[in-house]
Amino acid sequence: MIAIQNMTKVYGMGDAEVHALGGVSLEIAKGEWVAITGPSGSGKSTLMHIIGCLDSPTAGEYRLNGVEVSGMDDTQLASVRNREIGFVFQSFNLLSRVNALQQVMLPLQYQRGDKRLPRGDRAKRAREMLELVGLGDRMRHLPTELSGGQQQRVAIARALAQQPSILLADEPTGNLDSKSGAEVMEILHRLHREQGLTVVMVTHDPKVAAQAQRVIYFQDGLIAEPQQQGVA
Amino acid sequence: MDWIESLITAWNGLNANKMRSGLTMLGVIIGVAAVIALLSIGQGVQESITGSITGAGSNLLFVAPGSFQMGGVQAPSGSAASLTYADAQAIADPRNVPDATIVAPEFTGNTQVIFGSANINTKVTGATPEYLTAFGMEISRGRFITEGDVNGRETVAVLGSTAASDLFGGFDPVGQKIKVSMPGAAGGRVSLTVVGILSPQGGSRFSDPDNAIIVPITTAQTKIFDGRNAQGESVVTSVNVVVGNEERVDAITNQINTLLLRRHGFKSGEEGDFSVVSQADLLATLTQVTNILVVFLGAIAAISLLVGGIGIMNIMLVSVTERTREIGLRKAMGARKVDILTQFLLEAIILSLAGGAIGIAVGVGIALLVNASGVTSAVVTSQSVILAVSFSVVVGLFFGIYPANHAAGLKPIEALRYE
Repeated sequence: MIAIQNMTKVYGMGDAEVHALGGVSLEIAKGEWVAITGPSGSGKSTLMHIIGCLDSPTAGEYRLNGVEVSGMDDTQLASVRNREIGFVFQSFNLLSRVNALQQVMLPLQYQRGDKRLPRGDRAKRAREMLELVGLGDRMRHLPTELSGGQQQRVAIARALAQQPSILLADEPTGNLDSKSGAEVMEILHRLHREQGLTVVMVTHDPKVAAQAQRVIYFQDGLIAEPQQQGVA
Repeated sequence: MDWIESLITAWNGLNANKMRSGLTMLGVIIGVAAVIALLSIGQGVQESITGSITGAGSNLLFVAPGSFQMGGVQAPSGSAASLTYADAQAIADPRNVPDATIVAPEFTGNTQVIFGSANINTKVTGATPEYLTAFGMEISRGRFITEGDVNGRETVAVLGSTAASDLFGGFDPVGQKIKVSMPGAAGGRVSLTVVGILSPQGGSRFSDPDNAIIVPITTAQTKIFDGRNAQGESVVTSVNVVVGNEERVDAITNQINTLLLRRHGFKSGEEGDFSVVSQADLLATLTQVTNILVVFLGAIAAISLLVGGIGIMNIMLVSVTERTREIGLRKAMGARKVDILTQFLLEAIILSLAGGAIGIAVGVGIALLVNASGVTSAVVTSQSVILAVSFSVVVGLFFGIYPANHAAGLKPIEALRYE
């Protein structure tokens, strides 16, 4: 599903050049749950952003569902992000002053083509998604009226609203206390198990990483020691 | 995204931050309202001034002694006692100036007018019966000066409506006697019987005819003022000439010039000791003055627009910078650049148009208030409305889209990281 070949990413120019990724190759299969971990500055978030088409690599190939992504223009990338990818951020990134139901409906308005959901059906889809993350009773709440864990669950519901093939989570528990973090992880588990969702998660918490099927350890922009684990 | 969807998104965006939306609109409102109000006042002043001149009829010519300087200050009428009653009669002669319909000489001076305890310093105009029709005046009570009054040097007076109420208050002045001081060494007072009252005219020429006190020209020349020159000829302070055909004004100006030059012993082409001025000349002079006023108000309006525009710019720049993370998030969810731009464009259009509409209402409201206050009139022109609204809309759109375009061009992750 995700196939990356010799990917590099260089920030800055001249003396200030930073090699965030130094030639990474990686494959992730459909339905896998992968954790990417490593110290900060190791390049794990950069890789995640490139997988999520939020950033573009300096060199290398990236095939997503068999389609070469690295050569796409801005508009095509937007379409890929909308169709294939649901992104969950460490800091939730909810719009302030917008209630939970509307947050979840946001990505639906950018849908194009045959996947596009008619306007009238979007609230229904958003409600289903919020019920899926256990927030059926919080639909009209603004972000400021929700706890951190609840906000992250709204963000997960939003990431899933357009039914993407991959869920990318960048430190999803990083801003949460351990109880809320455990709840969020429980939801990710369930989605992976019940919906067969491909989950790629960045975390620096070994305990969180250990819950994934496979852990990829990053150091200095390279994969250090691929570790295989059994199903958690 | 279709248009309805974009509109909903834009509306939600505006609704989510009412303070920001309100402040942006305020910039538009102030700019538009200031321009409309100021330009309408300038227009109103110009129209009322030129209107009062043309209201007296653009077919009027004034012949005055001394030379009238265009754009400068006119020498006091009668300061050069060079224009005689005989000159006026020559102008009135159809053989000399065939197109002059009405010739109305006058002898005007300032003096004290007294009735009871009321005492006003005003202009006393010595006139002939033609004066009434020359200025399109009407009598509301009594009668005007007659040929007999002029021939007999009768001590009668006709009052303008304001002069009448100033002197007499509420009651009927007709038949009452007023006293007029004789200026100069002689001193003394002349008693005049009021025989008529003029209908209210409104402003015209330089003086207010409602304040006029009109007496027979012979009475003014001999009994009140000293209307003789060194040669003992009877002089006038001006001759008002009504031209039958407005298009002939220039030709008649020339005819009168030629006639008077000859009568006063000047060669043709020389500068005479009199001047012939048409309403059009006066209008041109006054238009110079009012144009300065309009330019001045226009400059203030332009500054208001600039300040309003900078206000719009500030709010738009700040709000888009503030919303860069929102733009990043929307892009992360699959919004294309065009989706983001459409949203910000629509937000800017809604704000600019709503602000423009409110600004028009406020500006027109100010103009109406100025009218109601009576200080001056204000005329709202469609040009000022179009100018103000189009400027504000262009500024609003430019500064709404320009920073949004920058933000929408960023990679999603750059926009999301933006602090």
